Amino acid sequence: MDRALTRMAHEIVERSEDMGKIVLVGIQGGGVRLAQRLAAKLQEILGKPVPCGMLDITMHRDDLSLRKKPPVARQTNITFDVTGKHIIFVDDVLYTGRSTRAAMSEITDFGRPARIQLAVLVDRGHRELPIRADYVGKNIPTSKEQKVRVLAEEVVVE
Amino acid sequence: MNWNRKDLIAIQDLQPEEIVHILDTALTFEEVGQRDVKKVPALRGKTMVNLFIEPSTRTRTSFELAAHRLSADVVNIMATASSITKGETLKDTALNLQALHADIIVIRHSSAGAAKFLADRLNVSVINAGDGAHEHPTQALLDAFTIRQKKGRIAGLNVTILGDILYSRVARSNIHLLTKLGARVTLAGPSTLVPRVFEQMGCRVCYDIEEAIADADVINLLRIQHERQRQTMFPSIGEYAAIFGLTKERFARTKPDALIMHPGPINRGVEIDSDLADCKRSVILQQVSHGLAVRMAVLYLCAGAQPAEEAA
Repeated sequence: MDRALTRMAHEIVERSEDMGKIVLVGIQGGGVRLAQRLAAKLQEILGKPVPCGMLDITMHRDDLSLRKKPPVARQTNITFDVTGKHIIFVDDVLYTGRSTRAAMSEITDFGRPARIQLAVLVDRGHRELPIRADYVGKNIPTSKEQKVRVLAEEVVVE
Repeated sequence: MNWNRKDLIAIQDLQPEEIVHILDTALTFEEVGQRDVKKVPALRGKTMVNLFIEPSTRTRTSFELAAHRLSADVVNIMATASSITKGETLKDTALNLQALHADIIVIRHSSAGAAKFLADRLNVSVINAGDGAHEHPTQALLDAFTIRQKKGRIAGLNVTILGDILYSRVARSNIHLLTKLGARVTLAGPSTLVPRVFEQMGCRVCYDIEEAIADADVINLLRIQHERQRQTMFPSIGEYAAIFGLTKERFARTKPDALIMHPGPINRGVEIDSDLADCKRSVILQQVSHGLAVRMAVLYLCAGAQPAEEAA
């Protein structure tokens, strides 16, 4: 996983014209830690910190009224102005694409980003919306009956 | 924590974990209120009816704004301008609202039990916005949210509720909530308005204001409710202010970090000195802001998902 994140960080640097505009936004819950780790890697490469926020998309989901129980709402923390920025959403697993859609509509409540990209650790297929990831850690073909769990160990990186 | 209720009727019904869950969820909505776009689509397409059989401005407005910020549609029904004046029963009014596909009914009524009466008979979510002298759950929740924001906790705190306890639904909801979460509650006021029977709810009852507020972390003042009051409860407003009003002199002898709370509307110069209401340790207006976040949380939890019986 560490190698995948390192490669993704390098791809981000390689493909962006203006690193000063890049901000990472982790999607609650699996994306937050990944975004922080990716931000640390980018800082290693660039020698300066990259802003990193978190977004809870619960309120913007399109399946709220289909559920039996209201999902638990978590913290959103966007401390920077997103207008004009190049936002990279970070999530653990890309599946139907509905979380990404919700994140896109929610982030526009904070401002008008110049560009939005998506980085995911695992792409498991089965998209239900016209969404694709810009940076992928690993493609894992799955069936809809399967579940993908991302287990991450906290390692202190000096 | 899983939320399984379609209604919020009384704090008395809730488990401590459910109370904490509402307060945690309200934190999310507090953050939404600080955004440029203070609106989320969580309840888009749902309709909330404010059924206010007893007049209220702040609670109604707060619920209305909360619903708007969740993208729900809102209809307000006031007793004076509805068929209730033509003799329609509460149940029939509510059944009509349900037939119009309302999803949430927020009810304020002068009779205790009105909200439960509707909740037992309707499929829609029913939220109690105050029923007689019974309960006013969202007020107690926003008070608790404010205490948590300011003090970081509720357990172990000394909370003194001062004033008209007997006729107060705010007091009852607060007593249930605070004792469930482990605070020590002291009630104080004239003995006619603070009967000893409240000790059975796990509170200390005290008739000396100095003693009641000496070790308080939070002082929650209640308004003398002229509309529910009988003439014989205390001799005069002036005498009440002199004996039980929170004056600057009295407040100076409390803990240096004691908070002043009040559910509003405040009667300046009666239960509280005018200057104290505006002082730094008064969180009265923050309570109002928090009320919005708490009501958004309650609406979201009760109506955000499909009703259990339909989904099953």
